[in-house]
Amino acid sequence: MEFLPTLWFVLIAVLWIGYLFLEGFDLGVGMHLLFSARSERERRVMLNTIGPVWDGNEVWLLTAGGATFAAFPFWYASLFSALYIPLVIVLLGLIFRAVAIEYRGKGSTDAWIRSWDFALGLGSLVSAFGVGAALALTTTGLPLNENGDRVGGAWAWFNGYAVLGGLAVVGFCLVHAAAFLALKTEGPVRERSRRFVSLALPVALLPLAAWVLVIQFRSGTLVTWALVLVAVTAAVVAWFANRAGREGWSFIGLGVFLVTGAAALFGAVYPIVLPSTLDPAHSLTIWNASSSDYTLGVMSIVAAVGVPLVLVYQGWTYWVFRKRVTAASIPEAHAVMPAVRSR
Amino acid sequence: MDAIDPLLIARWQFGITTVYHFWMVPLTLGLGPVVAFMQSRWHKTGDERWYRMTKFWGKLYLINFIMGVATGIVQEFQFGLAWSEYSRFVGDVFGAPLAMEALLAFFVESTFLGLWIFGWNRLPKRLHLACLWIAVIGSVISAYFIIVANSWMQHPVGVELIDGRPVMTDVLAVLGNNTAIAAYIHTIFGALAVGGGFLLGIAWYQLWQRRRDGIDTVDSTGRVVVGEATDIPGRDRADHRVWISSLRIGAVVAVVAFAGVAASGDLQAKLMFDQQPLKMAAAEGACHDGTAFSVLSVGNLGSKDCDDVVAVIEVPGILSFLANGDFETEIRGINSLIPEYQEKYGTHLPDDPMYGARAGQEIEYLPIMEVTYWGFRLMMGFGALAAVAAAVALWITRRGTVPASRPLMQLAIVGILAPFAANSAGWIFTEMGRQPFVVAPNPNPSGTDGVFMFTAAAVSPGVNFTELLFSLAAFTLVYAVLMVFEVRLLVRYVRGGVASSVPKLHARRDDDSPPPSDDVLAFAY
Ligand code: HDD
Ligand code: HEM
Ligand code: HEM
Repeated sequence: MEFLPTLWFVLIAVLWIGYLFLEGFDLGVGMHLLFSARSERERRVMLNTIGPVWDGNEVWLLTAGGATFAAFPFWYASLFSALYIPLVIVLLGLIFRAVAIEYRGKGSTDAWIRSWDFALGLGSLVSAFGVGAALALTTTGLPLNENGDRVGGAWAWFNGYAVLGGLAVVGFCLVHAAAFLALKTEGPVRERSRRFVSLALPVALLPLAAWVLVIQFRSGTLVTWALVLVAVTAAVVAWFANRAGREGWSFIGLGVFLVTGAAALFGAVYPIVLPSTLDPAHSLTIWNASSSDYTLGVMSIVAAVGVPLVLVYQGWTYWVFRKRVTAASIPEAHAVMPAVRSR
Repeated sequence: MDAIDPLLIARWQFGITTVYHFWMVPLTLGLGPVVAFMQSRWHKTGDERWYRMTKFWGKLYLINFIMGVATGIVQEFQFGLAWSEYSRFVGDVFGAPLAMEALLAFFVESTFLGLWIFGWNRLPKRLHLACLWIAVIGSVISAYFIIVANSWMQHPVGVELIDGRPVMTDVLAVLGNNTAIAAYIHTIFGALAVGGGFLLGIAWYQLWQRRRDGIDTVDSTGRVVVGEATDIPGRDRADHRVWISSLRIGAVVAVVAFAGVAASGDLQAKLMFDQQPLKMAAAEGACHDGTAFSVLSVGNLGSKDCDDVVAVIEVPGILSFLANGDFETEIRGINSLIPEYQEKYGTHLPDDPMYGARAGQEIEYLPIMEVTYWGFRLMMGFGALAAVAAAVALWITRRGTVPASRPLMQLAIVGILAPFAANSAGWIFTEMGRQPFVVAPNPNPSGTDGVFMFTAAAVSPGVNFTELLFSLAAFTLVYAVLMVFEVRLLVRYVRGGVASSVPKLHARRDDDSPPPSDDVLAFAY
């Protein structure tokens, strides 16, 4: 009874952390496109750093959703229906983002490209904020009745924690993406990104730190406090490594910061998966929200085969595209003209 | 009841978003294997024609693929958003195939497609080809898992009812659901029909352009005389072979796909007769028991009163054949089925708050007959139309090109839509024919007894009408706008011919300037 639901809680935590780590820099690059790039060529350099991988990274979100449905259907049902409006907006953001990445370079006019860039940046910002808000509320609670349904109307979920969580993920994505760009590009983009990490890191990570601390003071354990300590150290290391021009270390430091920080969050809320702010008796836990042991067992086998495979071939992709992207490697855009005899 | 019923909005939303998603999906599923086949031929023969075909159709494939991704994300979360009671009820069994799809298929699909797009000239050639095949196989696997989930709603198997909830007891029964296997084969062939029609229509247009521009002509026997236009990028001699091959591949795929769709559809009809007899009767507009299949009926199908419906063209025995493989089985009509459903599943919805405003209302067991009757016939009709047209196209183009006729070209373009329409009609029929249930009971004991759910009980109780209206409006609007962009881009790249995806063809004219890098797909963005 204990083991499988706990295993799946851990797996879902891993999927969310994987998502935030990987799509964190994709979303951040989308936002940086709006303000850090100075020319079309620079924007394309930035976009091409995530080009081959962003779609695979997004599947971490889909898998987190699907795995929650399979392993904790009550969690999936309550969380998503309670956060109806913000999640619809996240979905719209993700739609625009995906389409913009593919379509922006396929038009001919400046207006076309600029509009899609705007959609890409805004879509990234909105999705990052919404995912952060949703995750924060998952840890701090929603007004749920005994059936697990939200009471109090469409905006009953909204509170300061939602904003804090939103800012936390947006801030993290911005810094994480800058560290990623510094690692993956050459020239002005690289320089500017490094400067951004230096200046922004101490501020941009504060909301995430605040959220983690709120949860720690509520229900932290010795282990999760230890994780927090590691996270803070990692952030400091990341900052100094960036100053010293060690881009790889700075990126890794930020990664460790995220992984340990988020692990502290999940660790502290366990075994509650979705608290009710109305009555603790209505809270969803790993026991009352989970699927049967049979289903969890089947899914464990699937995960045991699937997850290592995914890690191997996604890792291989990063290795294939390990070279830095430079402005020189970006070819001119070519015109698409009707193949007809003009008359 | 509210001024506007939340259930109705939720259903419209699911219908609109899913039907829309399923415009991109069959094109992805149908075009993917064909592009992979083209690239394989290129590696094998070294013939430039196959290279150009891979690049051109690959570009269109990607423009469409991304819309499938974007709209698919919505699908993954919809069950939780607007259908939370449904998610709670079926979660133990229904979530599993969704999670398997994401973990075992979506990752493969998206990662290897990324490798293919950016791997041109960077990966060894064979590895690069393998990446495309793996991505395509990922799509095909993803379709399987999602069909398993959907088929479980039609034919719930592999579960036991515990505390009023289906609990999975046999995952192999769920994955091996006969309904899923039949529907899967059917859907894959339906998708291939879409891909075939797409190739056929666009290649026809290109060949027609070459004729209109006077590049290709025909001799006195009607045989093509291939020419070359040095002033138009890409319109060389090899270009002709690109399009005639594409056209013929498309036509053959479309014809074969129809055969597959008909054979598997026959299998599905037999299962449906066994599992959801009322859907079968509704598909026929059959009130009385009988054996004849009506090609055309007139009268008011919606009246639910059989004396109003008159079959105009009827083929005796065919209905029996569809349902049971012989010509004598009496197919039970609505009049005798409804009392049976009422006896088994009640005449009124339970007086339970979970049914909201509908608690205690009388149950309407009959799906909307206009939809089931015409949906079934439009599916078959459009499919058959496309297959006949493809066969005729093979005949017309046997001498190597298309006629110079403009209306014929326009017909070929419009014909692209027929298999899409057949797919939509098929799904709308399947899904709406399942009403009033979201998980359909199977009165013959082939599904798990007692496992069913009324659609009225499935919506999210906490979500209110304004929220639903907001999302319905937002999705519909955004999808409509994106459709305009997708079609515009497709048209743009189609009009550009092969040169739109193989930039080096632009450079052939002024040979002193260095050719633009052909690395464009390698840096796709
Ligand atoms: C017969 C096949 C089929 C059917 C019935 C559906 N889909 Fe689909 N779906 C695909 C076949 C497919 C695909 C061909 O595999 C797609 C199209 C483009 C793509 O990326 O994969 C896809 C994309 C796609 C994606 C994006 C994947 C990515 O990012 O790569 C998601 C999340 C879903 N679908 C989920 C669903 C859900 C929850 C459905 C049910 C309501 C559904 N699809 C119906
Ligand atoms: C991709 C092709 C599909 C199409 C075009 C399609 C179409 C539809 C339509 C038109 C409705 C509205 C029915 C009504 O209001 O009467 C509907 C409902 C629904 N479908 Fe599908 N469907 C598809 C696939 C699926 C799949 C694969 C699943 C499950 C995984 C599914 C699950 C549902 C659910 C849960 C509802 C809502 C309840 C209802 O109104 O019946 N559908 N679908
Ligand atoms: C002789 C031809 C055909 C027959 C006998 C046939 C039969 C059927 C039947 C009985 C169903 C309903 C299955 C159910 O409710 O469980 C169905 C669904 C469907 N049909 Fe067809 N069909 C034919 C042609 C086509 C064509 C040409 C296409 C598209 C190109 C198509 C696409 C679909 C789709 C997408 C569905 C819904 C999904 C599914 O259950 O597979 N069908 N068909």
